Amino acid sequence: MAVKLKDLITKERAMRQGHRMCPGCGAPTVVQQALLAVEQPVVVTAATGCLEVSTTIYPYNAWGVPFLHSAFENAGASVSGIEAAYVALKKKGKITKDIKFVAFGGDGGTYDIGLQALSGAAERGHDFTYICYNNQGYMNTGAQRSSATPKGADTSTAPAGKVIPGKIQKPKDLTVIMAAHHIPYVAQTTIHNPMEVIEKVKKAIETPGPAFVNVLAPCVLFWRLEPSLQRDICKLAVETRFWPVYEVIDGEWKLGYKPKKRVPVEEFLKPQGRFRHLLKGETGQAVIEALQKDVDEEWEYVLKRCGETWEPQA
Amino acid sequence: MTRVEFWQGNVSVAYGAIAAGCRFFGGYPITPSSEIAEVMAEELPVYNGRFIQMEDEIAGIAATIGGAVAGYKSMTATSGPGFSLKQENLGLAYMAEIPIVVVDVMRGGPSTGLPTSIAQQDVMQARWGTHGDHATIAYAPSSVQECYEVTIKAFNMAERFRQPVLIMSDEVLGHMREKVIVPDNETLTIVDRKRPSCSPEEFIPYRPDPEDNLPPMASFGDGYRWHITGLTHNEWGFPTNCPEEIAKKTARLMDKVNAYRDEIVEYETENVEDADVIVVAYGSVARTALSAVRQARDKGLKVGYFRPVTLWPFPDRELESLAEKAGRLIVPELNFGQMVHEIERAVHGKAAMVQMSLVNGELFQPSEILEKIEEVAR
Repeated sequence: MAVKLKDLITKERAMRQGHRMCPGCGAPTVVQQALLAVEQPVVVTAATGCLEVSTTIYPYNAWGVPFLHSAFENAGASVSGIEAAYVALKKKGKITKDIKFVAFGGDGGTYDIGLQALSGAAERGHDFTYICYNNQGYMNTGAQRSSATPKGADTSTAPAGKVIPGKIQKPKDLTVIMAAHHIPYVAQTTIHNPMEVIEKVKKAIETPGPAFVNVLAPCVLFWRLEPSLQRDICKLAVETRFWPVYEVIDGEWKLGYKPKKRVPVEEFLKPQGRFRHLLKGETGQAVIEALQKDVDEEWEYVLKRCGETWEPQA
Repeated sequence: MTRVEFWQGNVSVAYGAIAAGCRFFGGYPITPSSEIAEVMAEELPVYNGRFIQMEDEIAGIAATIGGAVAGYKSMTATSGPGFSLKQENLGLAYMAEIPIVVVDVMRGGPSTGLPTSIAQQDVMQARWGTHGDHATIAYAPSSVQECYEVTIKAFNMAERFRQPVLIMSDEVLGHMREKVIVPDNETLTIVDRKRPSCSPEEFIPYRPDPEDNLPPMASFGDGYRWHITGLTHNEWGFPTNCPEEIAKKTARLMDKVNAYRDEIVEYETENVEDADVIVVAYGSVARTALSAVRQARDKGLKVGYFRPVTLWPFPDRELESLAEKAGRLIVPELNFGQMVHEIERAVHGKAAMVQMSLVNGELFQPSEILEKIEEVAR
């Protein structure tokens, strides 16, 4: 059943106004869109992070649903326990409602310290949806690098200096790692178009078994980005193929979007202060070239897995 | 050349570590300790050292152990939740006798607790956090200057005794900026680990030298074979079930520090000679306590101040003789009573104990401690 945005306008929100996230932050947009089209009651767990701390502090708690803040590393394990007990209680007839379980984590709490708990939950096959709001760094603690931070970004623990141009390594491909768990639903997307997350998360939640959605979500403060450019930067992430949008449903890869033209990755980097040092000098140019090579290779990989070809307009 | 800096406590710890010769840092960001990792990330490459940010707290200390085994002086830093996660690997470093420095910038707990607020709730965890018996060396600095100084001492002690040394800083100290007089490196006392003097064929990695009961330490890659395990092991480093060998190993883990207790223990006093009441405080709270003690002296009250710089080993004998004379101790702590029990043990009932607890994310006001002094001194 197709979801129409106008039907959702009047729907009661799982997360409401009054939170303390920065203007332009991607995380609340991800949560709003993710839970907007879900019809069943939802239980939310969240790893420690900006989303957790900035949406829950009294009297600015923005959540209208049951909410468990776990430690940093175990949102996947917490949601496993809740879901397993729910299944048992339902079997005994003590719960009759059809309830959905959603876990949120930033990339620090998902790619790094929380990966073990997430992997375990996926392997055991709990019926839950894990949504990573991926802002490519430990933004809650002051922009330290994470394994999701892109090559070349300036962070507080991989600082750009005269010799080392920011983070040297390329990020871990968590979406592919989760797909390799052979769970029924995996998606990688961003908030470049409002229906994107709404539809994908609805699908994830309605799919029985584990589902994982990796959403690129700008941190305007530490991407050093003009807050009004939230959606534009996500569009550029998709147009430059920096962040390919795709789903893996029961092992079938499905490409979500093919850019018409070949847009250099530099266009995605330019509006962001965290890449400013790359835009001048030979070292910076070399990093951009390396980054472009990574983007091209990853795109080729995604195309191949999706059985697609790409012929951009000249 | 001596120079003057205006640093945060966390920054001071980082530069103290570099001065001590630290060249490896296994990092993981956690408030309120992250600045230590950030300075190390920026500075270590300059000294041909290595900073790596690890994927979690456990990996942070595990990599630090690895760095130490490879031959670098190594450090990691954390706060409450991370200190809990690091406990198992802390035990590995005690058991395998690996010199590392671990900084815990204390915040309120339990769990995520108060990431940006001060507490002193981890001081017993410093002593008993990891399972199994071992001796503990833990410093509690109370100024940004002292952050620099105790970090150097912590490395010296770690290298000398081949075990983890803890720096129990706190959120206020970590984030407070103060003047630091940075001494010339030439004037510093720097201790490096004792290396084997025998040939690789003769090397027995955990056999202590008879004169100091401490075994020399080889580095991986030196050519000396060294089998490292967290299992209880014999002098050759291999796991053992032999009761004599087990007893010998675990006793030495205690004895190697206890025997040098007098060289490790540090404390500071003021106005204790004629005191009827002594305020015993550590870390940031000691600053408040000292201010209250001085105000009380101005009012003509015979009040003294005692500050353990090493929480472990605790300056028990030193405090005991002073406590006996004074007869009354006031112990303000940002917890519901942790070191107060160690102090009680130390003084063997020779002084009355007045416990002050504050667990609300804030420091005591000097007036609160002064009020208590006036009440007790009356």
